[in-house]
Amino acid sequence: MSIDQAYPAEVGHGAVPMADAAAAGPVRADWPLWEVFLRGKRGLNHVHVGSLHAADAEMALRHARDVYTRRNEGVSIWVVPTAAITASSPDEKDPFFAPSGDKVYRHPTFYDIPDSVPHM
Amino acid sequence: MSEEAAVVNGSPAVAELEQHFEDTVAHDRRIEPRDWMPEAYRRTMIRQISQHAHSEIIGMQPEGNWITRAPSLRRKAILLAKVQDEAGHGMYLYSAAETLGADRADLTQKLMTGAQKYSSIFNYPTLTFADVGVIGWLVDGAAICNQVPLCRSSYGPYARAMVRICKEESFHQRQGFELLMTMMRGTPAQRAMVQDAVNRWWWPSLMMFGPPDNESPNTAQSMHWRIKRHTNDELRQRFVDMTAPQAEALGVTLPDPELRWHPDRQHYDFGAVDWDELKRVVAGNGPCNAQRVTARRAAHEGGAWVREAALAHAAKQRARARQVAA
Repeated sequence: MSIDQAYPAEVGHGAVPMADAAAAGPVRADWPLWEVFLRGKRGLNHVHVGSLHAADAEMALRHARDVYTRRNEGVSIWVVPTAAITASSPDEKDPFFAPSGDKVYRHPTFYDIPDSVPHM
Repeated sequence: MSEEAAVVNGSPAVAELEQHFEDTVAHDRRIEPRDWMPEAYRRTMIRQISQHAHSEIIGMQPEGNWITRAPSLRRKAILLAKVQDEAGHGMYLYSAAETLGADRADLTQKLMTGAQKYSSIFNYPTLTFADVGVIGWLVDGAAICNQVPLCRSSYGPYARAMVRICKEESFHQRQGFELLMTMMRGTPAQRAMVQDAVNRWWWPSLMMFGPPDNESPNTAQSMHWRIKRHTNDELRQRFVDMTAPQAEALGVTLPDPELRWHPDRQHYDFGAVDWDELKRVVAGNGPCNAQRVTARRAAHEGGAWVREAALAHAAKQRARARQVAA
């Protein structure tokens, strides 16, 4: 039994050329990957929540709304092509982060101040 | 790591990376996408996450079957939202699988060709509207038992996806239980319909936790990697303990004559699961296996022209923008 006979209601809707699609077999038309960032509420930064596939930026925004904000999780969405992101090396021991490792004097606790000094 | 151990593992660099991975997992820290990880861990995670994603996507079908026939606008809106959530869960999970280097189109292909499986529970039919309620109560209840510990999976993107999913599953379970309570307050025929649905879904729900511990050879490795937190039998017992009092509150009988509270164990005893049935369904011989995969394939092929048109539209818009700029 062909697919359009087996599933007329679920996939047909009268608009989808089922017979042709079945004959042509699976067609690969991969949409590019986008990373999604949400601002949960005013006053917070956008935070990465995941990724999705979309043909263009506008569709990526719509899909991001449907996939990641079904319960008011966001008031603002950014979508960025995954290919456009440059990341640091994943290695925690990467010398890239070494400059901040040995500068304890950047932290307030480095400085001994007597307890008797108020408001410091 | 000693020199000796490093040499045994071949390359000192790999041995060191492996040690770092083991330490990270042992300290309950998370593995993130670009971290070094053993190939076996990567393969296992891709399989675990993608088969979970497939389950969410196929899981839309049994309930989707009732959207057009829901008895009221309220029930229709709820069911539509629930089925949309299942799609969303599938999307979170495919996204997590892609962080491991998997290709979404390839995973979809593997689902459609049967190279990868989905949860056997979705190979059972939804015969009445009471099935919608029972799926929410029992099937989503079992899923919650399975998924809550996975919020602490060692693989970061999977753990984060599970947190989102668990929040939403709670709605799924409660809407199901409320639906059943409403039917139980109805006519004798409606109450009989609920009992019939419970009879059909109870044992398949217990099978959702997988084979018994002594037949689950991968459990030890998965628990060592902290991608599984409890054994199948532990989770199954937890589910029975949670569900038995709920069945009492609802006024239905769970179809197991051996089910009773055991005061010494402080757990419910329950009868033996028919593991041959699970094997048959996993092997492809459940009531709806062929129908589920055929429908998934039909949706994929029927949607091909949409995916292609969207790409063509995007390309045209880009070309126009370039022309304007030139």
